[in-house]
Amino acid sequence: MSINLSVKIGKLKLKNPVMVASGTFGYAEEFKDFINLKELGAIVTKTITLNPRQGNLPPRTCETPAGMLNSIGLENPGLELFLKDKLPFLKKLGIPVIISIALEDDPREFVELAKRINKINALSALELNISCPNVAGQKTLISQDPKATYQTVSSVRKITSKTLITKLSPNITCISEIAQAAEAAGSDAVSLINTLSGMSIDLARRKPKLAAITGGLSGPAIRPVALKMVWEAYNKIKIPIIGMGGIIDTLSALEFFIAGATAVSVGTVNFINPKAGVEIISGLKEYLERNKINRIGKLTGNLKI
Amino acid sequence: MVQIKNKIIYNEKFKGNYWHCIFEAPLIAKIAKPGQFVNIKLSDGLKPFLRRPFSIHNISGSKLEILYEVLGEGTKILAGRKKGEYLDIIGPLGNGFDYRRVDKPSGQKTILVAGGIGVAPLLFLSEKIKAKDKIVLIGAKTKKQVLCEKEFKNSGCDVKIATDDGSVGFKGRVTDLLKSILPALDHRLSILYACGPNPMLKALSDITQKNNLPAQVSMEEHMSCGIGACLGCVVKTKNGLERVCKEGPVFNAKHLIW
Ligand SMILES: Cc1cc2nc3c(=O)[nH]c(=O)nc-3n(C[C@H](O)[C@H](O)[C@H](O)COP(=O)(O)OP(=O)(O)OC[C@H]3O[C@@H](n4cnc5c(N)ncnc54)[C@H](O)[C@@H]3O)c2cc1C
Ligand SMILES: Cc1cc2nc3c(=O)[nH]c(=O)nc-3n(C[C@H](O)[C@H](O)[C@H](O)COP(=O)(O)O)c2cc1C
Ligand code: FES
Repeated sequence: MSINLSVKIGKLKLKNPVMVASGTFGYAEEFKDFINLKELGAIVTKTITLNPRQGNLPPRTCETPAGMLNSIGLENPGLELFLKDKLPFLKKLGIPVIISIALEDDPREFVELAKRINKINALSALELNISCPNVAGQKTLISQDPKATYQTVSSVRKITSKTLITKLSPNITCISEIAQAAEAAGSDAVSLINTLSGMSIDLARRKPKLAAITGGLSGPAIRPVALKMVWEAYNKIKIPIIGMGGIIDTLSALEFFIAGATAVSVGTVNFINPKAGVEIISGLKEYLERNKINRIGKLTGNLKI
Repeated sequence: MVQIKNKIIYNEKFKGNYWHCIFEAPLIAKIAKPGQFVNIKLSDGLKPFLRRPFSIHNISGSKLEILYEVLGEGTKILAGRKKGEYLDIIGPLGNGFDYRRVDKPSGQKTILVAGGIGVAPLLFLSEKIKAKDKIVLIGAKTKKQVLCEKEFKNSGCDVKIATDDGSVGFKGRVTDLLKSILPALDHRLSILYACGPNPMLKALSDITQKNNLPAQVSMEEHMSCGIGACLGCVVKTKNGLERVCKEGPVFNAKHLIW
């Protein structure tokens, strides 16, 4: 039986539905010794801002039960240096590159970023990171407010005809409300979920383990939360969902498709097993073959209740 | 840099709370340099979740050695792993020490300074340095925690020891021991390599800079990926924040900001 793993996210056609999550795969070059990068469905870059950002002071990460906390603080070289130093490598891979972007304080930054990105053919899509919990001084996230989400997404939608993905935060009361706002504003897809905010304490020193005190929780610890949000959003929106949060292998990836995801992103697991993404691609194929399902799309939302 | 399962051929208590583990790891052994490290998945499950980084303690033929202190969950699990089992290792990682200046028999005087488990990467370095004039200063809390005295001697080092309680060698900190031998050195013709706790490395940076003694120190910061992707393991340097796992773990002392 021939198995069709390809999926569509907006205008973007992916040869398979497995991508790597922003901030967990660097700029891909870091992984070139471990896997054939060309096998991935798409690569999402570390979040890029208009200007360079140094990020937070260390310690920036710590381990937690079945997961980890990070407070990187969006360290990145800024758009121009990204285009100059990081994009040439990504471009050569010949697979879709999705640039994740965020703003620091002024909403106009998104517009400026999107205008510049429009001119870059090698960037296939934009992921709006309006959900990073690690930017000092930001008390609320755009994606914690449906109105702000709507306004932000529409401001970028007006400027770009590239595929637009909106990445949402789980630190909210009702995910479907926010997902609907993104959809109404013209987002082609939503990415669910960014990290959950959390903290951890070093008992011996009675100090927070992270210098920034709080950070974002990721890894298998957040998978049940992520799955529930994918399922809730799936019931309310028509645009595709890119599911992520604690995926470590084929079985955990499959759960996301069944909950309603069209594609998945692997994140923290890349740190532990750099081969996870490509292993999941072949695992999905085997699963479909074994279960005589000819197309991955048939699994999406196939939850029996 | 490879990710590969390697067989444990030895994993025994070395001294006190310190353990010695040897892997049959031909691919890593072939390319490893002193000062580099490996990032090891200690169990098949989620506990511990992240890999744990360990310095390359020595390489002999196809064998990779690490020396580790049993501290928490991860290292306890490692101490329980048995000969014959396989562990998934990524390595070799990081930049390693630059020892070109002392890599000939007529090379400069080499001073190695180790605090506690900081001996781990320095033994491999000592084995590699061909210069005859080598001295190692080993610092520990008490006699019981002094590590690798014999191994350093065998690698051709003059060994000096400092213990906090004076139970063996110089009584006091290893940095004070260093100060006591500095006057007799020609600083332009010497080079210092160090690994140990951060306060020791900070003190060493001060001393070596005051004395114009070139120094390379191996740093630690919490690591999640070990391959430069997560941006977690940064330290402050004159070029801004740099990654211990990629630009380090070895830094020129004068490049760091404490
Ligand atoms: C480049 C490098 C080389 C190292 N080389 C050696 C070595 O040769 N021998 C040795 O005994 N130890 C070495 N360490 C330290 C070693 O990694 C930690 O002791 C070990 O991770 C502790 O794990 P645990 O689960 O037993 O302890 P935990 O209870 O988790 O923690 C104990 C201590 O180890 C630190 N630690 C825990 N996880 C990590 C991590 N993923 N990355 C960095 N630090 C961590 C914690 O912050 C804490 O201070 C090295 C660390 C680095 C960064
Ligand atoms: C170290 C680290 C850095 C991250 N940086 C970003 C980032 O820059 N932008 C972003 O949108 N998400 C970032 N994330 C969140 C991930 O992309 C992902 O949404 C989240 O970790 C959940 O997936 P996981 O459990 O598979 O890691 C980061 C996560 C981690 C662990
Ligand atoms: S440990 Fe991830 S960048 Fe160094």
